[in-house]
Amino acid sequence: MVKTSRVLAIARKEFLHILRDPRSLGMSIAIPMLMLILFGYALTLDVDNIPVAVWDQSRSHVSREFISRFDGSRYFSIREFVTGYSAVERAIDTASVQAAIIVPVDFASRIESGRPASVQFILDGSDSNTATIALGYASAVAQSFSRHVTLRRNQTIPGPQASEPLDLRHRVWFNADMEGRNYIVPGLIVVIMMIIAAMLTSTTVAREWESGSMEQLISTPVRGNELILGKMIPYFVIGLFDVFVAVVMGEFLFEVPLRGSVALLFVMASVFLAGALSMGMLVSIVTRNQLLATQLAMTLTFLPSFLLSGFVYAISNMPQALQVMTHVIPARYLITILKGIYLKGVGLEILAIEALFLTIFGAVVFAAANVAFKKRLV
Amino acid sequence: MPVRIRHMLVKEFIQIFRDPKMKAVIFVMPVIQVLVFGYAVTTDVRNIATAVYDLDNSTASRELTARFAGSGYFRIVEYPEDEARVREIMDRGLAGAVLHFMKGFGDDLVSGTARLQIITDGTDSNTAGIVLSYASNIVSRYSSQVLLERLSRLGKPQTAYPAVELQARAWFNENLESRNFYVPGVIAILLMLITLMLTSMAIVREKEIGTMEQIMVTPITPAEFILGKTLPFALIGFIDVLVITVVGVFWFEIPIRGSLPLLFLATSIYLMTTLGVGLLISTVSGTQQQAMMGTFFFYFPAALLSGFMFPIANMPEIVQWATYLNPLRYFLVIVRGIFLKGVGVEVLWPQMAALLVMGFVTLVLATRRFSKTLN
Repeated sequence: MVKTSRVLAIARKEFLHILRDPRSLGMSIAIPMLMLILFGYALTLDVDNIPVAVWDQSRSHVSREFISRFDGSRYFSIREFVTGYSAVERAIDTASVQAAIIVPVDFASRIESGRPASVQFILDGSDSNTATIALGYASAVAQSFSRHVTLRRNQTIPGPQASEPLDLRHRVWFNADMEGRNYIVPGLIVVIMMIIAAMLTSTTVAREWESGSMEQLISTPVRGNELILGKMIPYFVIGLFDVFVAVVMGEFLFEVPLRGSVALLFVMASVFLAGALSMGMLVSIVTRNQLLATQLAMTLTFLPSFLLSGFVYAISNMPQALQVMTHVIPARYLITILKGIYLKGVGLEILAIEALFLTIFGAVVFAAANVAFKKRLV
Repeated sequence: MPVRIRHMLVKEFIQIFRDPKMKAVIFVMPVIQVLVFGYAVTTDVRNIATAVYDLDNSTASRELTARFAGSGYFRIVEYPEDEARVREIMDRGLAGAVLHFMKGFGDDLVSGTARLQIITDGTDSNTAGIVLSYASNIVSRYSSQVLLERLSRLGKPQTAYPAVELQARAWFNENLESRNFYVPGVIAILLMLITLMLTSMAIVREKEIGTMEQIMVTPITPAEFILGKTLPFALIGFIDVLVITVVGVFWFEIPIRGSLPLLFLATSIYLMTTLGVGLLISTVSGTQQQAMMGTFFFYFPAALLSGFMFPIANMPEIVQWATYLNPLRYFLVIVRGIFLKGVGVEVLWPQMAALLVMGFVTLVLATRRFSKTLN
């Protein structure tokens, strides 16, 4: 049914077309590299050193001790000491700090006399993620200071001594140092692949329609599936080369631990690539218009693979209906697979379901592109 | 001159809307995107699937487990029997956190220092960070309570506890909902995406199809041509702002505390920069495919390095400096300022001034380059 010689002829033609436009070819290799370098270093959601302003009305050694506990934590960094509520307001309005601690005048006297003192902790809630984390740590700091005060007061009373009752140890598996780039880089490889693949192919069929060369192609004995396959081959080669470069960069530049099988990584990436390229092809066939094709390809790939794939935003935090929807997003599976291979060092025994879904996605989209192309010709 | 621009505008509008699918892309896409951002992009971590590896199985360990479950943040899904099962749970990602009680936890809690371990999944270190912050808080509270019990057992006099009461208040977003943070930002990133795409393809298209020659023989001047090419897209941009604002305010109940006219004024300044960049890309590209790649080349970094999702403060110093060249960065501050903080020009003027300068520079550059390509 599919004649290899015709497929190769189409592939050769498309290759020539790509080579004639070296700028696009260069971009399709340079863009992924640049992005990986830039984002691998720059992107992290980790929260530490939240800038804080302090208004210490008590000006006592007790209040200074309390404040130093915030400064000593890796989560807070005291940027300025202010006086007056309006100064606090201004610091938060202009976003020069994200939180403010207001220690009342009677702080020291209340603590020393064994009465509770209240401290105001004001947060800029507009960045809710940072604010949530800051709030949790601030409460823990206040609790631990309270225990410290209570313990110290009781030490002055003779008799048996009490001690700090609980010690929470934290261990992070798969990414012990909580390096942001260890989980950003594998996800980034997927997102970049998805976008590049869909972008590359989204204009190829539409271009033939627009320039009128499609009629010429139709009059040749080439079949629809041969045309699609032939057009995909050159982009598949480019895409796979991009993956190769990305993996090499991950290894030597970012030093992301690659604990699983490299072979499995490339097999899965190829399956994904075939699906992503077919998707771009499908868009190109359906729209017949380069402008529309790129708009559609951009929105179909950029947002979903970024937001609904678990790349940065955990799927388990989304509403149930949306969680179900994420199952049709191929990037979701490859991200799980790559994070698994890279960080967890697991293989097919755990990733089988994801691999299966990825294969199904590729097959379905490729078939859909063929059907759409046949319909278009009639 | 106005007549020629009018003709040009009519031509552009006909061209844009000739394909009904284009209408969908321009008007339906923004709604879908706001919905996705409103619902999907959430960093509100609740109901974290938690496994409890309890080697002690004492009253104390069960009580602390109950506190985790009762906090609303942790959902106990499993009690693994052995280390191997813990490993499997983490490998498969079945739980986001594992509470590990060592043997003797209950006894240590009575007299010594009891140790508790929490294991989190570092492949999603954002969730891991939030999990840890919640856990520290719960453990800290429990620890305080145990301490008081110990003191009273030792017959020490009771004092008021806690010594320090933290009264936390979140400004601008009382319930710390992440959609309040993201939805206004969608205006900024979507506006850039749509206007960049449309303008960058606009001139190349004429070149590629060959209609550029026809336009050049008409008496239209480069400035008029550029105006005709940008005004329709600016208008589409404004409509999109309106659509997103309406959906955001009425569907997601995002507060809009500042002035709407200011939002529109800032939008028009911002549009100058996106249209300017789009035109620049269009003049340097030879084909639509190149223009699209160029757009993408600009847009992707601009969106990621804007502070929309990833805090700029966490980026390396050099990258932080580079973000000052990103118009999106400024507009995000403006949009969030107007929506959430309700601040006005008195706070936002530096951002608006920066956008004005950038818009002016890019538009002048684009017009210059365009005149050159014509000759």
